[in-house]
Amino acid sequence: MNIEAIKSIYAFEMARTRRTLMQSVVSPVVSTSLYFIVFGAAIGSRVQEIQGVPYGAFIAPGLIMLTLLNQCIGNGSFGIYFPKFTGTIYEILSAPISTAEIVIGYVGAAATKGLIIGTIILATASLFVDITIAHPLLMILFFVLTAVSFSLFGFMIGIWAKDFEQLNIIPMLVVPPLVFLGGSFYSIDMLPPFWQTVSHFNPVLYLVSGFRWSFFEIADVNPWISLAIVVAFLGACLAVTAWIFRTGYKLKN
Amino acid sequence: MRGPAPAGIPSDLPSHGYCMAPIVRIENLTKHYATGFQALKGVSLDIEEGEILALLGPNGAGKTTMISIVCGIVTPSGGRVTVAGHDVVKDFRRTREIIGLVPQELTLDAFETVSNTVAFSRGLHGKKPDPALIEQILRELSLWDKKDTMLRHLSGGMRRRVLIAKALSYEPKVLFLDEPTAGVDVTLRKEMWQLVERLRATGVTIILTTHYIEEAEEIADRIGVINKGEILLVEDKAALMKKLGRKQLTVELAEPLSAVPEALSGFRLQLGNGGQSLVYDYDTAGERTGITGLLAAMAEQGLRLKDVSTEQSSLEDIFVELVGAEK
Ligand SMILES: Nc1ncnc2c1ncn2[C@@H]1O[C@H](COP(=O)(O)OP(=O)(O)O)[C@@H](O)[C@H]1O
Ligand SMILES: [Mg+2]
Repeated sequence: MNIEAIKSIYAFEMARTRRTLMQSVVSPVVSTSLYFIVFGAAIGSRVQEIQGVPYGAFIAPGLIMLTLLNQCIGNGSFGIYFPKFTGTIYEILSAPISTAEIVIGYVGAAATKGLIIGTIILATASLFVDITIAHPLLMILFFVLTAVSFSLFGFMIGIWAKDFEQLNIIPMLVVPPLVFLGGSFYSIDMLPPFWQTVSHFNPVLYLVSGFRWSFFEIADVNPWISLAIVVAFLGACLAVTAWIFRTGYKLKN
Repeated sequence: MRGPAPAGIPSDLPSHGYCMAPIVRIENLTKHYATGFQALKGVSLDIEEGEILALLGPNGAGKTTMISIVCGIVTPSGGRVTVAGHDVVKDFRRTREIIGLVPQELTLDAFETVSNTVAFSRGLHGKKPDPALIEQILRELSLWDKKDTMLRHLSGGMRRRVLIAKALSYEPKVLFLDEPTAGVDVTLRKEMWQLVERLRATGVTIILTTHYIEEAEEIADRIGVINKGEILLVEDKAALMKKLGRKQLTVELAEPLSAVPEALSGFRLQLGNGGQSLVYDYDTAGERTGITGLLAAMAEQGLRLKDVSTEQSSLEDIFVELVGAEK
């Protein structure tokens, strides 16, 4: 195991994070605050409680997930896309490091940044609404697993992307609908049956539902199924990443 | 100034003794790019430990492709490369630990500082931080006063130095320099040559590609010529110059001629300088140069000689001849 290399990649990425932390933090904090003002205070005051939880608090886990997903996919993809784009990837490819070490360095840093910002959003949310965490350990588990899986997912996008447009297409076009239709702002039993069935094919539903259960013990799906889905998603991302490096897909000629 | 200390060979490597196996062995290497283009057509090359090998070849010859395969950046289509006895694909950790690479392109992270990017390279190669060594390398490359400068503020020549510093930061045993002096000014080129000399003195094996023939002539021990994916020859520099070296004898005449005299037609002569001189091409490798006979024949013709000079053909001529003959 080339521990020094992992440390170097991780530290390099975290240095980049520090340089851009303010802008990375400000935007999600502002948008989350707006969500709470609009949905929590303005509209939420007219919305009845959902399964005994005030609407403002009900949407908090989903909003944290939205930020976490965006951050992790963004950081994970950019971290590897950029060296590919500038050509500095040559150094990673010619260093005595294995796939696993490269992934741990980049994905670890992306997940760390996601978790830092996610925590800041959680703190922001608690300024607006009362948040209780019924199962802190499970909450942390969901938090970390989601951060790691989606950073890895972002990493794959970064490898796959040929240009900045491709780099942004999934975070911009795919993630928001999944999050908004994944029960972040409502309970899916409020939907007609057909759309309830469709929602079950949305992986983000499981994330948000399980995450929310760890706060309020209310869920659209069994939290253990949620957890299993998150783990399965992580496993799938790991498998694809391993394949990418074995074949050199889009990394080596 | 002292060059960076050579990295120790890991103790569990087979020890070579004095009659050493080549440090880099390239066997029958082929590369087909995804486009279908064949960049390497079965290249074989042995590189001896401690030597300076210059790979000379025009643009597109396959130099960068070959280096990239040895370093792990490009996957080979066929053939095999070993470094210090280890396969570069299967045993990549062992080989990449001792290989340094200074790439042809000036690719650097715009927003990093000089010292950070150099330290990063060392870490990537699994080495513990060593600020003293980094300082020494940066000083040696005249980069020390720029250590906190962001890379995007550096000139092309400075960036080239940074790339070299990065490669030296992990104390490689085998150093690949891919066109290190392309587009750099004369001062830096001279400095680079001196650096190569110093590194060699510490036991580093150096492979550099270039299309500047004078560069190969200046610093290499051996010269390989590559063109269109094939190695045309690999020779000791001195032997190469001697073997293929042509010499030219120029005889300045007291009175100009309008044509080469009939009696001298047996010699490979040309009229030079508007008839002011006769130019004689001869092979230094030949048993007899024919100079004695030529001078005697000239005297017989009653030609009065003003001056005589000889000139050895350069590596450039050899190169042009070799690559040209391919066409
Ligand atoms: N990624 C690639 N895809 C297709 N062809 C390539 C690629 N890289 C290099 N080539 C081609 O391979 C040949 C050798 O290139 P290269 O190894 O860079 O030569 P050199 O370094 O000697 O100038 C060139 O004709 C080049 O166009
Ligand atoms: Mg090249």
